Amino acid sequence: MPKTLILSGYGLNCEKETAYSCQLASGEEAEIIHTSQLIRGKISLNDYHFLIFIGGFLDGDDLGAGRVGANRFKYGTLGSSHLQLQDQLAEFVESGKLVLGICNGFQVLVKLGLLPASQKTIGLQEISLTSNHNSQFENRWVHLSVNQASKCIFTQNITSIYLPVRHGEGRIEGDQEQILKPLLENNQIPLQYCTPEGEITEEYPDNPNGSPWGIASLCNQQGNVMGLMPHPEAFHHYTNHPHWTRLPYQKEEGDGLLLFKNAYQYLA
Amino acid sequence: MIHRIELIIKSHLSDPQGEKILQQLSAGQSFPITNIRTLSAYVFRSSKLNSSMVQELCDAVLTDPVLHENRVNQFFGDELDFDWYVEVGFLPGVTDNVGRTAQETFEAWLQSPLTQGEHVHSIRGFFFEGKLHQQDIELITNNFLMNDLIEHATILSKAEWSKHKAKLRTIPVVQLSDDIHVETFTFKSAAELMKLSQQRTLALNDAEAETILDYFAQETIQQQRLEAGIGKKPTDVELEVLAQTWSEHCKHKIFNANVNYEDTSTGQTERIESLYKTYVKGSTAKIREALGDNDWCISVFSDNAGVVRFNDDWHVVMKVETHNSPSALDPYGGALTGIVGVNRDVIGTGLGAEMVFNTNVFCFASPFYEKPLPPKLMHPQRIFEGVRLGVEHGGNKSGIPTVNGTLVFHERFLGKPLVFCGTGGIIPATINGQPSHQKKVEPGDIIVMVGGRIGKDGIHGATFSSEALHEGSPATAVQIGDPIVQRRMYDFLLQARDLGLYRCITDNGAGGLSSSVGEMAQLSGGCHLQLDKAPLKYPGLQPWEIFISEAQERMTVAIPSDKLDQFLQLSETMSVESTVMGEFNDSGILKATYQDKVVAFLDMEFLHEGVPPMELKAVWTPPAQQEPQLELPSDLTSILHTLLGRLNICSKERVVRQYDHEVQGGSVIKPLVGADNDGPSDAAVVRPVLNSLEGLAVANGICSRYSDIDTYHMMACSIDEAVRNIIAVGGSLEQIAGLDNFCWCDPIESPSNPDGAYKMAQLVRANKSLYDLTTIYGVPCISGKDSMKNDYRFGDIHIAIPPTVLFTAIGKINDIRKTITMDAKQPGDLIYLLGDTKNELGGSEYYDHLGYLGSNVPQVDTNSAKERYEKLSEAIASKWISSCHDCSDGGLAVALAETAFAGGLGMQLDISEVLAKSALRSDTFLFSESQSRFVVTIAPEHRTVFENLFATQSCYYLGEVSNTPDFVITENNTEMIHSSIITLKESWQATLR
Repeated sequence: MPKTLILSGYGLNCEKETAYSCQLASGEEAEIIHTSQLIRGKISLNDYHFLIFIGGFLDGDDLGAGRVGANRFKYGTLGSSHLQLQDQLAEFVESGKLVLGICNGFQVLVKLGLLPASQKTIGLQEISLTSNHNSQFENRWVHLSVNQASKCIFTQNITSIYLPVRHGEGRIEGDQEQILKPLLENNQIPLQYCTPEGEITEEYPDNPNGSPWGIASLCNQQGNVMGLMPHPEAFHHYTNHPHWTRLPYQKEEGDGLLLFKNAYQYLA
Repeated sequence: MIHRIELIIKSHLSDPQGEKILQQLSAGQSFPITNIRTLSAYVFRSSKLNSSMVQELCDAVLTDPVLHENRVNQFFGDELDFDWYVEVGFLPGVTDNVGRTAQETFEAWLQSPLTQGEHVHSIRGFFFEGKLHQQDIELITNNFLMNDLIEHATILSKAEWSKHKAKLRTIPVVQLSDDIHVETFTFKSAAELMKLSQQRTLALNDAEAETILDYFAQETIQQQRLEAGIGKKPTDVELEVLAQTWSEHCKHKIFNANVNYEDTSTGQTERIESLYKTYVKGSTAKIREALGDNDWCISVFSDNAGVVRFNDDWHVVMKVETHNSPSALDPYGGALTGIVGVNRDVIGTGLGAEMVFNTNVFCFASPFYEKPLPPKLMHPQRIFEGVRLGVEHGGNKSGIPTVNGTLVFHERFLGKPLVFCGTGGIIPATINGQPSHQKKVEPGDIIVMVGGRIGKDGIHGATFSSEALHEGSPATAVQIGDPIVQRRMYDFLLQARDLGLYRCITDNGAGGLSSSVGEMAQLSGGCHLQLDKAPLKYPGLQPWEIFISEAQERMTVAIPSDKLDQFLQLSETMSVESTVMGEFNDSGILKATYQDKVVAFLDMEFLHEGVPPMELKAVWTPPAQQEPQLELPSDLTSILHTLLGRLNICSKERVVRQYDHEVQGGSVIKPLVGADNDGPSDAAVVRPVLNSLEGLAVANGICSRYSDIDTYHMMACSIDEAVRNIIAVGGSLEQIAGLDNFCWCDPIESPSNPDGAYKMAQLVRANKSLYDLTTIYGVPCISGKDSMKNDYRFGDIHIAIPPTVLFTAIGKINDIRKTITMDAKQPGDLIYLLGDTKNELGGSEYYDHLGYLGSNVPQVDTNSAKERYEKLSEAIASKWISSCHDCSDGGLAVALAETAFAGGLGMQLDISEVLAKSALRSDTFLFSESQSRFVVTIAPEHRTVFENLFATQSCYYLGEVSNTPDFVITENNTEMIHSSIITLKESWQATLR
């Protein structure tokens, strides 16, 4: 069975519902492990198949979202071995295993250079995730349009999805011509904010942060690393939907689980 | 040398923070500003690093290569065009979270600490372009950029820049004397002690001063003290500890006082020995007795939070706190510490609980307040914004969803804002085979302090909050919390708990170590605390300061000696500081030493039980309020629009959206519901244990405006509101627990407070009401709090808040899939009003809008309400109800309009029949705030079963949900109200958008 690692600690806070979503999607328990265990070499990424960088406020996002969290991976060594943690991460990605970064986790992946990784070189930060256009944290549900041509493993066979965002720094900043346009062309943008009718938008509030082209998510070229601002793990049950009391009952589980199911189907 | 790093957003990119400030500034007075650019700077001292090393550091760990340009030991001010530069940093010793994080990442990268005792200081800078006068920039700085109680600012014009820029490299350092000493005192009389009490903010009263002197004069005590080597005279440490432990904040002396109550309208008099024991604890005891074997209360009024049963495996833990006084001085820090503080109450309950939700209620004066402000008071808008941001940081960064709350506005909250912060948690029923709610400490257990370090923060917080806000209110009472340090501590403590590494835990809140160690020592029977072991933020703290500092993010644990090594090791692994500070014993004495010298030696029983009860006078003379004589207004539609836009009724969406209300994945009913996710939910429903379909409903009731008529009914309405909100989403009276939070104005009569006996009588009446309502509904209080000095005094100005009780209700939900929301669901659904409407406009929003208070305050008809609640729970569980919304502020018309526009559907209503039955005028009927009423909509197929169920109740058919946007209320074929739901919603949303 594929093994899932959820890293916690230092201000992260979505471990409970992320582990629960993994369990619902796979039938197996995901392991929640404090990041210090990894840094101290008490566990090894080699023993896992699916690594999740969860949501929260790593180090309070005090120096910019995910910045200090990324430093911890970028400059961290594994216990006393002096092996770079980053190298182990790179190996994990190259072996085709899965990495998912949700919200704060997405911010870490971007600042670590694991996403979008256009040049395939990990460690080079190409874009940033920064203050929402209105400079304000917001919790609201958003409609997302799914790029059907994307190789992203997590979004296969999903056409559109409705999920909550809860962030203050979710706006993509980067060189439009040099960086963002090739990402669009390479289908490395699996999810985009859209209107309820499905039209991709940069307008608030359907696009909660002002991200260009409604970019809500990125994946690497292989599609095995994905980061997204919305929280699929917050929609694991139909009663999480903001107007479930208005909708006819269809099924017990929430649509957010679709991303996790895709992951486990790929790993099976 | 001193290094300064500056970061700025690249000029071709947008600077949302600068744009936001510009937008805020242009909202009020218009300043001629064309641009604001923000800067972040870090200043620190290092002997090891030179500029090029710092440059490397800055590039590696601070700079976002996409967003930032940086400068090391150079100034952007030398390169940029600007007219004014303002920078804001913290005053020495104030918690600097950003600086602390920067320091940690610097040290991780350097793989060594900065020079011992050196800190990184964070700075926020602002470049203004625009022709501003000196006084404009000073006004902007003081009102928008900084709070001078915790921060300092440097303002430089372009002309002054070159000459004064060197100032920007100074480091704020706490300058304390090296002279660490313990003072001892000789008092010739209690008056001398009272003088010292005033000088040191000890907040003692005369009787307490006498009692303290008597204690130290006892021969046996003197003998013991001589033997212990401390000497006969009381030390500053002892007086401070006594003052903290005996403070109103910690001992609730007013609630425990003997009260002589007189009702002048009936001539009856009565002596009440402790309001708390008689009414609050008394009602819970009676309810538990009635529940018998089904008693679901586990631990009430004995721990940091109340504990009730959730299911076989889990208990629910809940606490609500107030943090009013600190929030008046620094709204951001006050609210932030309010939240992280109440969080620690939950972490420190039983063997330690997990937090699952927050709920916050704030009371402010109008943010649109235009009259001149009394001295030292902040504008309500600023308090509002600061508190909101504090909650955003305190709740969101801690990973706890803020699921419910409200804002209450009244002009007298200008004198003191009320900040209520509540946290709910869960705890396994047993942990390592032990009942999780029981607390034990054994002699020989080690005292360990976990979490943050001690500074001068919050010294005298407990005694300060026991006083009115006055000229000399101490600035050190203000603290800033660090949610991330607390989160790390919390993650660690939960692991330590499950590994069985500690025996007992409690939080360091008001009174700091003096209260946490003091309380835990009661369980073993004594302790020896070594104050010199305490980890300090900076040197120079006196022993008494260490003992009572309210520095945040600290818990105290008792550790069996054989578990100590494992505990400390895990702590280090998880980057949490834990310090051994002494030992619990059964000596009967609280002993503290500093470098082996005994500095406190107090009898435990005297410390905890020695405070003499107060004798208080309470005289109730019903206030002579009159009902106004009003013409029936010609345009009820426009009145409905006005009411919907009033501060107490309007949408709070902008605030709610900035709180994470879904983290932890248990969200079932959100604060905003309906077709467009923007309708006002009555109560939140959350699933605290994700693999169970059981849930919790959380709601609040607060009715401050009724207090000026009769606090008995204010209290009754607050309880009823909280309970009916729980019922409205699908809860039931079978299991609802309550939390009472009293915020009063000074009820102790004195020459400076001549109507104290009346305010005390108001308190007595609220307590009587609490007893009556909770026992009839079977809703026991499980925890509570009181804050008794919510007064503002400055010279001749005295502002007393309206006596206020926040009643928080937490209800068990057996199946979350059967809960419902308040929005109308389907065209064709039938609309009913449940409950009677009476001529009860006293204290209503309608009267307030017209400038009246009135006298007919709403009164709760508990017997009919109870039956209604039971039947409604049954109807909701049977899935007969499509929507249910309670009638509260603004009455029936507001509830109907909210139900309609939240559902995106119109309504066609005819009130002729019910109006005829109630014999009320239409405006009274539509806007009366009679309690225990609901607007429900049902699908037509449930009509018969629904009407049969409510056959013995007041149940009125009013009309149908329609698929047009028209909201129409007719009386005898005449349209009383006709409006579009779109414009009604607009009126409701515009005020605080």
